[in-house]
Amino acid sequence: MSWKLTRDDIERISIGAGILGTGGGGNPYRGKVKAALELAAGRTIEIVSLDELPDDALVMPIGGMGAPTVGLEKLQRGDEGSRLVQMMEELLGVKIAATIPIEVGGGNSFAPMIAAAQLGLPTVDADGMGRAFPEWSMISFYFDGVAPSPIIMTDPLDRKIVLENAGHPRQLERIARAMCVQMGGSAHIGDRPIPVKRLREVAIPNTLTLAYKIGDAVMGAHEKGSSPIEAICGVSGGTVLFSGKITDIDRRFERGYNFGCVRMLGSDAYQGQEASIDLQNEFLIFRIGDKVKAIVPDLITMVDSERGLPITTEVVRYGLRVTLIGIPAPKQLTTPQALEAVGPAAFGYDLPYMPLETLL
Amino acid sequence: MKLRLGIDVGGTNTDAVILDEKATLIARFKSPTTSDVSSGIRNALNGLVQNNPDLDLSAIKFAMLGTTHCTNAVLERRNLNKVGLVRVGAPSTLAIKPFVEWPDDLREAIDGRYVIVEGGFEYDGQETRPLDEAAVRAAAESFRGKVESVAVSGAFSPVDPSHEQRAGAILREVLGDEIPITYSYEIGSVGLIERENAAILNAALVNAAKVAAGGFQEALAAHGIDARLFFSQNDGTLMALEYAIRYPILTVASGPTNSIRGAAFLSGLQDAIVVDVGGTSTDVGILVKGFPRESSIAVDVAGVRTNFRTPDLLSIAVGGGTRVTNDNGLQIGPASVGYRLLTEGLIFGGNTLTLSDIAVADKRASFGDPSKVAHLDADFVKQVTEEVRRMCEDAVDRVKTSAAPMPIILVGGGSVVIPQDLAGASQVIRPENYDVANAIGAAIAQCSGEIERVFSLQEMTRDQAIELAKKLAIQEAVQAGADESTVQIIDIQEVPLAYLPTNSATRIRVRAAGDLAI
Repeated sequence: MSWKLTRDDIERISIGAGILGTGGGGNPYRGKVKAALELAAGRTIEIVSLDELPDDALVMPIGGMGAPTVGLEKLQRGDEGSRLVQMMEELLGVKIAATIPIEVGGGNSFAPMIAAAQLGLPTVDADGMGRAFPEWSMISFYFDGVAPSPIIMTDPLDRKIVLENAGHPRQLERIARAMCVQMGGSAHIGDRPIPVKRLREVAIPNTLTLAYKIGDAVMGAHEKGSSPIEAICGVSGGTVLFSGKITDIDRRFERGYNFGCVRMLGSDAYQGQEASIDLQNEFLIFRIGDKVKAIVPDLITMVDSERGLPITTEVVRYGLRVTLIGIPAPKQLTTPQALEAVGPAAFGYDLPYMPLETLL
Repeated sequence: MKLRLGIDVGGTNTDAVILDEKATLIARFKSPTTSDVSSGIRNALNGLVQNNPDLDLSAIKFAMLGTTHCTNAVLERRNLNKVGLVRVGAPSTLAIKPFVEWPDDLREAIDGRYVIVEGGFEYDGQETRPLDEAAVRAAAESFRGKVESVAVSGAFSPVDPSHEQRAGAILREVLGDEIPITYSYEIGSVGLIERENAAILNAALVNAAKVAAGGFQEALAAHGIDARLFFSQNDGTLMALEYAIRYPILTVASGPTNSIRGAAFLSGLQDAIVVDVGGTSTDVGILVKGFPRESSIAVDVAGVRTNFRTPDLLSIAVGGGTRVTNDNGLQIGPASVGYRLLTEGLIFGGNTLTLSDIAVADKRASFGDPSKVAHLDADFVKQVTEEVRRMCEDAVDRVKTSAAPMPIILVGGGSVVIPQDLAGASQVIRPENYDVANAIGAAIAQCSGEIERVFSLQEMTRDQAIELAKKLAIQEAVQAGADESTVQIIDIQEVPLAYLPTNSATRIRVRAAGDLAI
């Protein structure tokens, strides 16, 4: 049963995707506005589940790569995604049936929807992370160590770069990142389309629905005057890890990423406790004192304690009153193969992955 | 002896003060704010002059005004200019057109029209496309006779403003010298939509600012006062009158800032929590190194998303006129009698129980007729006082950056309703002249300059970029009226661009401020 998004649905998905984005994915405002503009132009954003599509239907992953700050200025031409689909169809001589997000979080939840809406195609209710990660090599579709071939990159000037045979996904990430920088710090990327049958094995299903449910829970709590935090936990299977106030944030810039450490002082049930989060664009490790309480790929998400709205790593600042919620990673992210790509070691930590429930 | 006049327009009262060279208060007057604002300013000044016959008006050399003219114009959609916008940014910004998500009535009020032309820059200063000058000229022609003010925005104009500047020169050529031109790079920081929105609002406010400036000049001229005129702006510093007419948007949040700065001055503290209590609400802000801490999130002005800096405030519905009822359990606010306190409050012979009545009954304040509240149950008075204390303590705790106790400065006419012993405070101070802290804040304000740009690090080091940013900020401060020898850098913030290689570009924001060049 397909789902045609309304303006309100977009608002809810935007909040939920921000929460699932674990501090990354950039500010969702621009993605949300662009999606709303598609509706205003009379087009339809249609979401379908993987079960509704035939096994051999081809689904194209689409997302943006680049610095969130660049996206604040370069709003794009607006048709980058749909041009990618058309270029890919021409290049491979195939018909693409739908698009899929590479990650749920920020603008990247909406990029494939916008592309599909312009072509009258649906977008699949699934993604390649179930959250946000910083690198193209962290997409679940490629956990087998094989980079998609070809990928096409484009920008508002209609430049087109086709990259084939990149080898390992990490090499693809490095090459594409370098080109992205030369294209002005942001680019749209479309990957080789994947048959539905394969996506049923490698994609994280129903994540747009999950984002919607989380956003709906938050907005419902606002209307009822109840706790948005409990509502988030209720629909996401999450647990409150901590609540308190941010007392310090130390940011460093290394290897093209924002690194940092956020320190917090507890309040309410956590009165007197000191906690910290390591971040690399997204929140990676949460500790109370020096004891690890949650670690990537489990989701560590930060919301403002009062409204339950997501706080991205770029806007973390002194004095914010925040609640941290831990959400167990989708099971696709915790297999040994997946952990090589998205586990603590992939971020340079000499720590094993320990599931959230074992740390509570 | 050179004197300074400070006037601040609040929601309830318009206050005027005179300070001498040592910044000692030598005269003060409070007068009700009026709906047209200007007559309230005149009344306050008239009252000040009449009540201080010995005042040497010719000694007033500087006059500072913190006013709500522009805020009201936007909120009420009145006296706004018709605006035409040229955005330099095709094709890389076409996905989101100007005026996105604006309230319809506000866009109608300014008859907002726009043209997007080719041009703009990348984050590192490379030109994305050359400026399409013919298209700018055509846009200018299409604006002729239809717009009263123009705004120009451009992709990455904070990195390189040359396309905005060139487009402005063409608009000037076609539309003549009279038309005001607002450049987005002069108004806001990185974030095209928000900066462009601020530029459009600024363009729409040019007339309102001229009315405010003209009214202020006339009010002063009526008393033969020949002073340099300044407007106070959102960050607690001053703009010369000519500057304020060009950048009226920078005055929309000056009121709370003036109170915070005035509180700093009156208490002598540089780091503290300021609790500013008016007739209807209380603003709680934080003073860091003598300036209000600014909000880091997108700021909504009358339904429009902008990104210029305003003080980070928490407002709660506690004020001198806040109503107290006990029909279905204790209810404090948010309803307030506001300025009608003087007729409706119990202590003034009215019938409405307010927080001022509670303060008098609790003997924390003595004004009005205490016998009118003698009947109030002592336990009830205590219960209300405890609830007000809890509301204030909670607000204070929210704005604090650490658990360590900090001094709290109480200011504003309504501050008598707040209990003096608050948890989380190392001390609670209600300085002398607390009730005109806002006008004092306007009178003692400094002149500042701010620069926020993305610096490409291809041709300079990070240290060189920071030095350049400092130099530009100091230049801005001096241009705004600061004495160069007193200018200090008050803030440096650096946000590296994520996902780009190390050392390719960085966003630097520097603020400088100095004493008024007297």
